[in-house]
Amino acid sequence: MIEIDRVSHGFGRSPVLRDVSLRIPKGGITALIGPNGAGKSTLLSLMARLIPLQAGRIAFDGLDVSRTPSNELALKLAVLRQDTAIATRLTVRDLVTFGRYPRSGGRPGPEDHAAVGRALAEFDLGSLAGRFLDELSGGQRQRAFVAMTFAQAADYLLLDEPLNSLDLTYARALMHRLRSLADDHGRTVVVVLHDINYAAAWADRIVALREGAVVAEGTPAEVIRPDHLRSIYGVRISVIRHGDAPLALHHLADPG
Amino acid sequence: MSRAAVAAAGLAGLALLSLTIGVGDFDAFDLTSDRASQRLLWVSRLPRTLAVLLTGASMATAGVIMQVIARNRFVEPTTAGTGQGAALGLLAVTLFAPATPLFLRMAAASLAALASTAVFLVIVRRLPPTQPLLVPLVGLVYGGVLGAAETFIAYQADLLQYLAVWLNGEFSGVLAGRYELLWVSGAVAALAYLVADRFTIASLGRDASLGLGLNYRRIVGLGLAMVAIITALVVVTVGMIPFVGLVVPNLVSRVMGDNLRRTLPWVALTGAGLVLVCDILGRLIRYPYEIPVGTVFGVVGSVLFLYLLLHEPRRAA
Repeated sequence: MIEIDRVSHGFGRSPVLRDVSLRIPKGGITALIGPNGAGKSTLLSLMARLIPLQAGRIAFDGLDVSRTPSNELALKLAVLRQDTAIATRLTVRDLVTFGRYPRSGGRPGPEDHAAVGRALAEFDLGSLAGRFLDELSGGQRQRAFVAMTFAQAADYLLLDEPLNSLDLTYARALMHRLRSLADDHGRTVVVVLHDINYAAAWADRIVALREGAVVAEGTPAEVIRPDHLRSIYGVRISVIRHGDAPLALHHLADPG
Repeated sequence: MSRAAVAAAGLAGLALLSLTIGVGDFDAFDLTSDRASQRLLWVSRLPRTLAVLLTGASMATAGVIMQVIARNRFVEPTTAGTGQGAALGLLAVTLFAPATPLFLRMAAASLAALASTAVFLVIVRRLPPTQPLLVPLVGLVYGGVLGAAETFIAYQADLLQYLAVWLNGEFSGVLAGRYELLWVSGAVAALAYLVADRFTIASLGRDASLGLGLNYRRIVGLGLAMVAIITALVVVTVGMIPFVGLVVPNLVSRVMGDNLRRTLPWVALTGAGLVLVCDILGRLIRYPYEIPVGTVFGVVGSVLFLYLLLHEPRRAA
């Protein structure tokens, strides 16, 4: 379980998160949604100890992120941020092997190579393993980075808007893989998503933020409702049902 | 493996060739009996060759590290104010404490190089990441400002000659007893190999490094210290040799990528070989006179670099 207790954060004078408390249970996919500037990415970065906490406490299965040594946390959680413009010329296999670094300390053994092989297979990267990252398309590169975090074999996977810059084929395939990480590999996935319909269709739980505070949380059916969407985004959005999941018609004009 | 053997053999051949080139009478086939040739070998030829190899290998390594910590392919110690910083430190010591022993001069040069490079990194972090070419441009301007300040001080203090020696690298003055500090810079470059994985991860960025449990600040600090020490030692002993740290890492990266655990030995080897070729050329072109290695490398290096720029690697999408 991820425990977030009374976390507040600000850059300079402007507060980004205000007294956020949250419990994210182990297992499944939790999506963080909200408008730009709601504090989703900041919250994710704080959880992944990429930014030091200013106030409050965050713990993964009891491990406090501000007290636990960083290399120990790397065994518990893996993070993927949109660190664009990667100039490093690594092969896909080398990149995925670096995902094992917290376990191998730079000396990958047979177990590590096996894990890298599984990650490459899981993400369909076998034929690209010898290619350099700068020779890949955006979608392929994204897959390679997700495979790297997969190889890290941490219980928790934190992803910051992984669907950015992916076309819908890749976006769907990536969500499918995250689903399988949760269902077949028992990982806990926390993902910042821009598109509420991806969250509604693929996540088990949705946490909605607005102006640095949690305004709604629960299953997709509980959160993706016109009244909640209005308080999250400040606009009126119709919601219909498609199969089991709610579908927000956010691309249509105001229903009036 | 065989590729490494070929390269090592090539480098050994170049080194042997370098031993036989020079103005003094030298008979390689009579070494066992000819004492003058023996002396020439131990006092001048061998030290010079070793100095060239150590300088080439360590400057190329410093270039890679600089590129990792600045997260930019187009910087190297001589275009990031590091070399100028080292020279400034030396100038200060020469002015205020001319009797300082070599070791302390060395330390002063390293500290000044460290400070000037740290300032460069602080400036670079504020540049927009979408404009990678701004980084080397800012570095050139920054180095130019430091260089101008040095020239002014040296001019006022009548020390311009010293400055010229520090800023223009060449090996003709290398004799036994006057180059041995370079072994230290070679050792620092070898140390870099021990932490090669960390530098590779650092090149993926701060967030990726932290995510894998590494202390990013510490890696950058370590790299900074290594670059400063290597550069300061080279400036003190043979003088600044521009371009090595820029051209060699880019050349190796193009062929083998950036996994430093694999590529660092090649960077060192290529750096040593390329500088040695340029030094040999510099000795032969207008024999018995010499052209400074920095000048030869400037020509050879810019041709190689233009080639790299104009032949972009293939990319999908």
